[in-house]
Amino acid sequence: MSFESKEHAAKYWRENVRLMLTLLAIWFAVSYGAGILLVDVLNEIKFFGFKLGFWFAQQGAIYTFIVLIFVYVKKMNALDKKYNVHED
Amino acid sequence: MDIQLLSYLFVGVTFALYIGIAVWSRAGSTNEFYVAGGGVPAVANGMATAADWMSAASFISMAGIISFLGYDGSVYLMGWTGGYVLLALCLAPYLRKFGKFTVPDFIGDRYYSQAARVIAVICAIFVSFTYVAGQMRGVGVVFSRFLEVGVSTGVVIGMVIVFFYAVLGGMKGITYTQVAQYCVMIFAYIVPAIFISLLMTGNVFPQLGFGGSVGDGTPLLQKLDGLSTELGFAQYTEGSKPMIDVFFITAALMVGTAGLPHVIVRFFTVPNVRDARRSAGWALVFIAILYTTAPAVAAFARVNMINTINGENMQGTLYEDAPSWIKNWETTGLIGWQDKNGDGRMFYAADERNEMTIDRDIMVLANPEIAQLPNWVVALVAAGGMAAALSTAAGLLLVISTSISHDLLKRNLMPNITDKQELLFARMAAAVAVVVAGYLGINPPGFVAQVVAFAFGLAASSFFPAIILGIFHKKMNKEGALSGMVVGITFTAAYIIYFKFINPGANVADNWLFGISPEGIGTLGMILNFAVAFGVHKLTGDAPDNVQDIVESIRFPKGSGAASSH
Repeated sequence: MSFESKEHAAKYWRENVRLMLTLLAIWFAVSYGAGILLVDVLNEIKFFGFKLGFWFAQQGAIYTFIVLIFVYVKKMNALDKKYNVHED
Repeated sequence: MDIQLLSYLFVGVTFALYIGIAVWSRAGSTNEFYVAGGGVPAVANGMATAADWMSAASFISMAGIISFLGYDGSVYLMGWTGGYVLLALCLAPYLRKFGKFTVPDFIGDRYYSQAARVIAVICAIFVSFTYVAGQMRGVGVVFSRFLEVGVSTGVVIGMVIVFFYAVLGGMKGITYTQVAQYCVMIFAYIVPAIFISLLMTGNVFPQLGFGGSVGDGTPLLQKLDGLSTELGFAQYTEGSKPMIDVFFITAALMVGTAGLPHVIVRFFTVPNVRDARRSAGWALVFIAILYTTAPAVAAFARVNMINTINGENMQGTLYEDAPSWIKNWETTGLIGWQDKNGDGRMFYAADERNEMTIDRDIMVLANPEIAQLPNWVVALVAAGGMAAALSTAAGLLLVISTSISHDLLKRNLMPNITDKQELLFARMAAAVAVVVAGYLGINPPGFVAQVVAFAFGLAASSFFPAIILGIFHKKMNKEGALSGMVVGITFTAAYIIYFKFINPGANVADNWLFGISPEGIGTLGMILNFAVAFGVHKLTGDAPDNVQDIVESIRFPKGSGAASSH
C-alpha cells in the first residue's frame, strides 16, 4: 500500500472522482448543452460574427476541451503530491 | 515548375524522410516493438497520437462533409475531439499505470478470463481492419489524383513504405515517423486555409475569419445562410438533422474515440502516468489545430464554390467562362455538369434548378486551385494527404500485429515462446496485415466505406463500458462485463447491419428506434452494455479479492514502471 492509510486511499479517490465529475459536467455543458440542446436559444445571441450556439458547436466546445484536460493535469499533479502518491 | 513535378518532389522527399526515421529507430525487443520502450516524451506522443488519429478522412473529407452539412457537421467536430477529454480523465492514466501492452491485455487480466481476452482481440482486429482498408484506399486516391498513377499502383507504393517502417520499426519507428507526418500534414492543411482566409475576409486566422465579413461587408456566415436559403438548402448555421440524432451521433463518436484500440495503445508508450495525462492534452491541442480550421475552410469553400458556379448575380456562370479547376476536376469525376435547361450556364441548387454533381472531397483537394494559390501549395496538399493516410494505417497495422503475436499467441496459445520469437511473430503478423490491407485497398469490398463510420459505434458499445467499469467499479465481475460487451456489440451490429445491408430502403427516420440513425446507435448500445453489466453483476457476486487489489493499485500513479508482459 502506497498510501499512509486506507482512509487516505479512499479520500484521494473521492477527491479524484469529484474533480473528474466536475470537469465532465463542464464537458457536457459546452458540447451537448450549448452545442446541441440549447443551440437554438443561444443562436439568438451574436458573438464575434457568429451565432453563439453554432460557435460552441464548431469552435468553442473544442477550445474548452483543451482547457479542461490541462486543468485536470494540473489539479491531479497537486493531488498526487498532497497524498504522496506522485511519481519520482 | 509544374504541379505534377512538384508533387513528385514533395511526396518523394517526405517518403525518404519517413524511411530514414524508420532505419534510425528500428525496434530491438518486443517492448520497443509494442510500446516504443515506454520512453516517448509527452509532447512527441501527443503529436504522434494526433497523426495516428487524423486519417485520410479527417484530412481530405471532413471539411467537405461539413461544407455540405453546415451545422449538422458539428457532430464530427465535437465527437472526434470530445473523446480526448474522456481519454485523459477516465482512461489513459489508469491504463498506463496498469502497464501492459494492449487493450485485450487489460480486459483479459482485469476480468480474469481468456474468453474476455479473445472477444477483445476479435473486436480489436475487426475494428482495425475495416479502418485500415479505408486508409490504403486513401493512399491510392491521393496517388492517382496528384501523381497520375493508377489507384492500384498507388496502393502498392503505399504498402511498401508502410511495410518498411511498421515491420522494421514497430511502435518505435511508427511513433517518430508519425511525429514527422503530423508536421507535414498540419502544414499542408493550414497554409491553404490561411491564404483563403486572407483572400476572403482579410483575417490571417481562419478561426477568426470564419466569423468575419466578406468583401461587401456582410458577415460570412450570414451571407452563407442567405445563399443556402435562396438555393433551397437548409440554413448553414441551423442544419436539418433531428436534435436527438445529433446528440446520439456525437456521443457515439466521442465514446468510440475513447474506445479505439489504436488510440488507447498510444498512451502505453509514455514513461509514466503524469505524462499519459499530459500527452492526451497535447494530442488534443494538435488535433484541434486542424479541427478548428476545418469548419472555417468548409464555410469559405462553400461560399467560393457557389459564387464561382452560380456567379455573383446568381444567374449561373457560362460554362466556357468557367475557371480551369472545374474542367480539371471534371476529368476525375469529382465534379460534373449537365446543362438541363440548355442555357450554357452552370447552376447549383438543392431543387430542380440544380445542374451540378459535386463530390464533397473536392472541397479540400481543389481548394488551393479554387483560391488560385501557387503550384507548390497544391503539391503540399498531396504530401499532406499521403501523410494523413500513412500515419493512421501504420498505427492500425501495429494494433493488428500486436493482437496476433501478443494477445493471441504469447498470452493464449503459445505462452512459452521467447521474446525474440515473439518479436519475429509480431513482424510476420505486421507483414501479413500490410498485404491484407493492401488487397482490401485495391479491391475494396463495397461495405468498407460504410463500415468505417461504424467502427466507432462498435468500439463505443463494447470496449468503452468494459474499461470504465474495470477502473471505476472494482467489484464488477467477469460475468457482468462479458455479457455487457456481448449484448452491447450484438445489438449495435445488428441495428447497423439491418439498416445498412439487409434493408437499406427502410433506413429513414420514421423507422429508426427513438429516431436514432445507425450512426448514433452505438450510444444506445453502450447504455445497454452498462445496464446488462450491472444487472448480471447483481446476480453473480463480486470480483475476487486479488482482482480488486489490482484495481486499487491502478488508481494512483506511484510505482508505475515500464510496460511489461508479466
